[in-house]
Amino acid sequence: MDISTDELIDKLKGEIISQLKLEYLKKEDIDPDANLFGSGLGLDSIDALELNVLLEKNYGIKIQSAHVGRKVFKSVRTMAEYILKNKK
Amino acid sequence: METYICGTGLISPQKTFFNNDFLSEIVEYESNFLCCIEPDYKDFLEPSIARRMGRTVKMSIATAKICLKDAGIEIPDAIVTGSALGCMEATENFLLSMINEDEKFLSPTPFMQSIHNAIGAQIALQLKCMNYNFTFVHRGFSFENAVLDGMMLLAEGSAENVLIGGHDEMTERNFTIYDNVGCWKKNNTSAMQLINSTTNGTIAGEGAAFFALSNQVSERNIATLKGIKTIYKPANQIEIENKISELLGENKLTAEDIDVVIYGISGDARFDHSFYHVKDNYFVNNTSTWYKHLCGEYQTSSGFAMWMAAMMCKMQTIPSKVLIGENNRKTIKHIIIYNSFRNIHHSLFLISRC
Amino acid sequence: MYVTGIGIISAIGNNAHETIHSIKEGKSGIGVLNHISTKHKNDIVVGEVKSSNEELKKIGGISDSKIYSRTSLLGIIAAKEAITDAGINNIKECSTGIISATSVGGMGIIEDLYLDYLNPDNKGKYSEYVDTNECGDSTEKIADHLGIKDYVSTISTACSSSANSIMFGARLIKHGLLDRVIVGGTDSLSRFTINGFISLKLLDREICKPFDAERKGLNLGEGAGFIVLESEKTSEDKKRLCELSGYGNSNDAFHQTGSSPEGTGAYAAMKKALTVSGIEPDKIDYINAHGTGTEQNDLSEGIAIERLFWKNVPCISSTKAFTGHTLGASGGIEAVLSVLSIRHNMIYPSLNFHNPMPELGFIPEKKIITVNPVCNVLSNSFGFGGNTSALIFSRT
Repeated sequence: MDISTDELIDKLKGEIISQLKLEYLKKEDIDPDANLFGSGLGLDSIDALELNVLLEKNYGIKIQSAHVGRKVFKSVRTMAEYILKNKK
Repeated sequence: METYICGTGLISPQKTFFNNDFLSEIVEYESNFLCCIEPDYKDFLEPSIARRMGRTVKMSIATAKICLKDAGIEIPDAIVTGSALGCMEATENFLLSMINEDEKFLSPTPFMQSIHNAIGAQIALQLKCMNYNFTFVHRGFSFENAVLDGMMLLAEGSAENVLIGGHDEMTERNFTIYDNVGCWKKNNTSAMQLINSTTNGTIAGEGAAFFALSNQVSERNIATLKGIKTIYKPANQIEIENKISELLGENKLTAEDIDVVIYGISGDARFDHSFYHVKDNYFVNNTSTWYKHLCGEYQTSSGFAMWMAAMMCKMQTIPSKVLIGENNRKTIKHIIIYNSFRNIHHSLFLISRC
Repeated sequence: MYVTGIGIISAIGNNAHETIHSIKEGKSGIGVLNHISTKHKNDIVVGEVKSSNEELKKIGGISDSKIYSRTSLLGIIAAKEAITDAGINNIKECSTGIISATSVGGMGIIEDLYLDYLNPDNKGKYSEYVDTNECGDSTEKIADHLGIKDYVSTISTACSSSANSIMFGARLIKHGLLDRVIVGGTDSLSRFTINGFISLKLLDREICKPFDAERKGLNLGEGAGFIVLESEKTSEDKKRLCELSGYGNSNDAFHQTGSSPEGTGAYAAMKKALTVSGIEPDKIDYINAHGTGTEQNDLSEGIAIERLFWKNVPCISSTKAFTGHTLGASGGIEAVLSVLSIRHNMIYPSLNFHNPMPELGFIPEKKIITVNPVCNVLSNSFGFGGNTSALIFSRT
């Protein structure tokens, strides 16, 4: 995948806003290193499922377990790094 | 034990979400598809909560909140809602993505929102209300079933107040589907001209109407809900009129005692004959009104009629544009609502001034 | 409030007799999906009724040309069995209503024809079809088939739907609005629902394991379950199978699809049912749990049960490894199973259970046991939207 981490982070922010219907937020409002779940954006279990769909639909990556998912979806940056590592 | 209406909320194709205004400005539609005039939902819902909600969910929650504020209730003792079609938009979205994406990459959000009790559930979630929560989904009886359930809860003493509501939305796709099977007028119609129409079809509508019912005497009470009856597929006109007599008899009233009748005339010549028969033969000397030219036809439209009745009791006025003929009554004490959906689901409400 | 008739159809049998037989044999009805075409066919197992729609029409004695969804067909068969079981020959002899429940409704038809419905070239072609999508359609098909007119209603509160229809019907009788009601629910499998549950990642690829530490999710099922409830007066000269002695509904108000960790809603519903029945917890002989096999439900329900019963949790099992989770019909189907439990003094096993949940102090029954007599059965149904319901059936 021919894209820098920062570029992918920027792209992901837009996709996350769209997939999770966070249209009241702008990309600048999302700190790439802040927790997506818990105290950060305050996302819930349905959002976790939606992020799985995002990864599969846009990047062809299927998360195999909730354990892996918790690590991947920690922040936008961890998502970007996982995608760069795993996208075919 | 009486059932009182102590709060109302209505979002409809008219400007109805302000409770102190009773149709002072009426929108006269020249369309087959009447859409709700909606408030800014930011006044009712945090964006972070509203983000996953479809239109009908937002409409219903806003209406419910308006109603509870009107009634001065924070958490109702029960929540009972009725909707024939549920969250159509969410259902369509999930169905179409399932078809178009060939059952891949499916987002759970619209599926979750398509579940019929999503609105009752969301209201409970928003209010942290852990009390009785039912959703009725029986076509033209959906709202009526909710009203009866609310009355029963109050009579049982299981609740001192109940939030009841009826909601249905019309989406563009659903409008097309029903257009293809001849539900609507062939051309765009002036809603005001639907009365005495001789052609088939009606106009599509939608709305969300919520009411706070209570068994407590209070200054907040707007009207008394004296009774409700439903008739499934009446065999003939006599069956309808017997039911009206039953409702009146139970309340020691005669036809003459009724000041205003609100008819669910839809403009569809196939289905409206029983209204005209009752108007011309049973409630002969009463003030007649109608309402579907304001909100369109949908299966929970009785909610709009019940709001109109409550407002008539409260304001003691009848907006001129809902009158059929002249108003020959000086005061409004007793109101009958007679509605039917496609001549299959007939309902009667008796509402009286407090 | 007396139960005078029951009717049931599910993956383990087309009527009460076949159902009990399958349970005695320990035969799960869960297996490969046959009558729906879906991309996920090989990824799931389901509790499918073994008959095709044509076969269901024959069983139900339906020969007219109306459009019947599978949901309607299942409902007609079970409701008809209940009426026959109750010895009702003349439906109009007293005021009779039907309160049914469904979550899928006619989705099985619309999902195949949706694009056709929208196509303007098909004007007038689908007039008989489009209304079958509505939840009220199957109820009216049942009502019209049985000649019921006095009160017709449908409830949809996800998986607690038909428990709620039973509750509502009972209250209509209590208020003197009806003499008797046919109450319960019906649901059929559909591509829409299968895909919906897959998107929520709630399905087990193998037969579910309710209350097992290794449980991975639920299996979808289909079927219908109806009971006839009659007032004291109208059931005087009839065979009373048992009594509906208690009922309660509450809301978890925790999450749209998940249950609260403390089982707040579940606890409240069960408590209400006990209060209405006047029965003390230690008099409950058997809990037919909601027990879907999902991580959340079984934990939440288990904790709620322990909060209510403390160390004296009665015999408990989930029958969903037999039938699958029949969604809107589950309350009705499990009501019938509760009645049969009383009639046969039988407590059902929780199939496929092996590993106790570390969070709970009880385990479900692994084998059929005979308790002489089974007097009081608590039946739980908990649905999406936090809707929690409990029914109590008691020996007369």
